[in-house]
Amino acid sequence: MSATRQPASTKGVNRSHRTRARAQTHLWVVQRVTAMLLALAVVVHLVMIVTAVRGGLSAAEILSRTRGNEAWLAFYVTFALAAGLHGAIGLRNIASEAIGLRGRGADLAWLTAGLLTAGFGIRAAIGLYA
Amino acid sequence: MDMRPRSHPTYLAFVVHRVSGLLLALFLPLHFWALGTAISGEARLDGFLRWAENPLAKAAETILVILLAAHLAGGLRVLALEFLGWRSRQKDMVAASAGIALLVGLVFLLNVV
Repeated sequence: MSATRQPASTKGVNRSHRTRARAQTHLWVVQRVTAMLLALAVVVHLVMIVTAVRGGLSAAEILSRTRGNEAWLAFYVTFALAAGLHGAIGLRNIASEAIGLRGRGADLAWLTAGLLTAGFGIRAAIGLYA
Repeated sequence: MDMRPRSHPTYLAFVVHRVSGLLLALFLPLHFWALGTAISGEARLDGFLRWAENPLAKAAETILVILLAAHLAGGLRVLALEFLGWRSRQKDMVAASAGIALLVGLVFLLNVV
């Protein structure tokens, strides 16, 4: 009917581009939100590291601070999740620019790697709490 | 081809942010895995902490602390640029980021040795 109507094949390509652009936007938002969370968490982490190492570290000293403490558990779980996702999206961006590794499959693989890393961190956080 | 100048301090800041981010992202799974394994018992964690007392481990820790502080300070500059529109005095902000990273590394080193 209309002269401006696109052929079906072009519409498919456009939809694919839109989906891809939306995925990129989502990843950018996750990267920036996790960056903001990490900005606070890393300051706390660095202050903790610098003060805790004074006079040497011991398991008893570390665990006395974290065992049964829900606030530290919540902090470390959030920190691990944010760090895992932030790191994986960063690696995705570098791989995309440096070696051209991109696409939906690659994005899902990076997301899995990020969540797996976060899982290791959450396991450590639970170890500190329990 | 990207013809933007590469001698500008902000390009150096970009390289530092990228390299520190890459190294930290590669270290992170290892760090979490080692910590999660070591935490399985107090004696095991103490053993891990004793191993970390060696000078090589302390040197590596200091480098990691500097990388983390550099990535944090550089990241704050990027966030300020993107979300607050702080476009002026970028050279000063790059210098401040580098200063913060080195200061944190120095404080860590003074406390750990």
